[in-house]
Amino acid sequence: MIEARGLARTFTARGRRVDAVKGVDIDVAEGELVGFLGPNGAGKTTTLRMLTTLLRPTAGQARVAGCDLLADPVGVRRRIGYVAQGGGVTDEMKVREEIELQGRLYGMAKPDALRRGAELVEQLDLIGLDDRLTKTLSGGQRRRLDIALSLIHDPKLIFFDEPTTGLDPQSRANLWDHIRRLRAEQGVTLFLTTHYLDEADSLCDRILVIDNGEIVAEGSPDSLKARVSGDGVTIGVPREFVDAAAAVAATLDGAHEVLTGESEIRFRVPRGDTALPELLRRLDAEGIAMTSMQVNRPTLDDVFLTLTGRSLRDAEQSQAPPEEAAHVA
Amino acid sequence: MLRDTWLIFKRDWVLSMRNPAWIMIGIMQPVLYLVLFGPLMEKVVNNTPGFPPGSSWTILTPALIIQLALFSSSFAGFSLLVDYRSGVLERLRVTPASRAGLLLGKVVNNVVQAVVQAVLITVLAYVAFGLQAPVGGVLLSLLIVALVAATLASASYAVALTLKSEQAFPALLNAVLMPVLLLSGILLPITSILAPNWLYTISRINPFTHVVDAERATFRGDLTMDALMTGSIVLLVMTALAVFWGTRTFQRENA
Repeated sequence: MIEARGLARTFTARGRRVDAVKGVDIDVAEGELVGFLGPNGAGKTTTLRMLTTLLRPTAGQARVAGCDLLADPVGVRRRIGYVAQGGGVTDEMKVREEIELQGRLYGMAKPDALRRGAELVEQLDLIGLDDRLTKTLSGGQRRRLDIALSLIHDPKLIFFDEPTTGLDPQSRANLWDHIRRLRAEQGVTLFLTTHYLDEADSLCDRILVIDNGEIVAEGSPDSLKARVSGDGVTIGVPREFVDAAAAVAATLDGAHEVLTGESEIRFRVPRGDTALPELLRRLDAEGIAMTSMQVNRPTLDDVFLTLTGRSLRDAEQSQAPPEEAAHVA
Repeated sequence: MLRDTWLIFKRDWVLSMRNPAWIMIGIMQPVLYLVLFGPLMEKVVNNTPGFPPGSSWTILTPALIIQLALFSSSFAGFSLLVDYRSGVLERLRVTPASRAGLLLGKVVNNVVQAVVQAVLITVLAYVAFGLQAPVGGVLLSLLIVALVAATLASASYAVALTLKSEQAFPALLNAVLMPVLLLSGILLPITSILAPNWLYTISRINPFTHVVDAERATFRGDLTMDALMTGSIVLLVMTALAVFWGTRTFQRENA
């Protein structure tokens, strides 16, 4: 569905060259739900704007939904849906008017646009809002209208830029359900950007981590977590057995960072769930009784920290977003 | 492209008509000029040599119409900045709709509004102040208004999209419009007899002077080549350039 090679974009802002995206390769297969994770200003939106024909890459090439991005941008536009960050509806327009306009701009006849619109209104829980001005909708309703508009021409590939930014937790969970259903019921391929770890974690099959305009890691949420630092395991043992237990733990496959406390030991292993039974057996054999145990799955924040040396939150504060600079230029 | 133009025109028209009061508020200023300034002109025009031919009303009304078209179309870019901020422009640009259509639909809406306002002002001057103008001339004057609106609106969209700033945009407009307006002899015609030489020369360089001259000629029914030629050519060239500029700006990426 997406096949990008060396996609890059350079801006010149106030005489200063900014490499917003430094040649990324992206492959997304049909039916995948892929997340593009990174701090604000990492190049997510710039990449998305290139893939959706809004911004011409300064280097590289891509095929999107079967069409060449550079040679046939209109072909790409016909086949994709795009939900921009912050949406795109006119305050003073009615819901039905927006839906009809959107459908007709994709070449549909008025009755077809209205029929398809009615389907989407039902599917996205927007029933009864047809004659409301969009400015009277709630944040969640507006977001679902944005999605309905992006689906009007039945695209097989949809781009979401920060789909849940600015929504309350309940609308957020609700939107996640809609996104999951899109994929499950209609086989739509989804590519979304987010700077929320929990969002990437709970929605995506696969995550691309971008930082400073480069893709620094990619994989399923679990494989990313497993690959980086492994799970954190903490076990409690009687004080006199701490050293002996630590020695046993160190013999486990892939165990590292073994630390001892007053009556506990902590260490990391690639997979805590499979390491524990083995540890239990070996401690038993040594005659050591565990008093407690705990496994902590690493978070994507751990992943980001390991990959870049910064936590995702720090990265956001320290970086001037090149995307913003680009709009001024 | 025509289909997209039509769809965008309909959208903008619906939005304009959602608050039709604005069209009326828009013509308040020229109406005030007609009512509070026009009567003053009658004696001045009759007793001062150097005015172009025609009564004071056939001199003032067409000029006020051009002034309104010039001003209201120049600020058209504001609505585009609203669409830009709200993400609507980006949403439209991801559809396969023709970029020229996205611009021209808006321009057509501005043209229709300018023509409607021109008709309202002409009718008012006719009914309330006894303006005498031939129907054929007035129809031709509306064509000039339409072209002025198309020119200014296209240029306005191009500037708005280039600046992308709600602060810089009106500041630039005011800086450009005031001298253009004063130099085109809207309130008092800048003729070789009334104006000092240097002022007359500068005003002749201003393309809108010729447009105002042509608009006045249509109102007094002077449809000769002599009266209309310069204004028409100047206007057609400006319209072509402005529409080309606007379309280019809309087609350019990142716009």
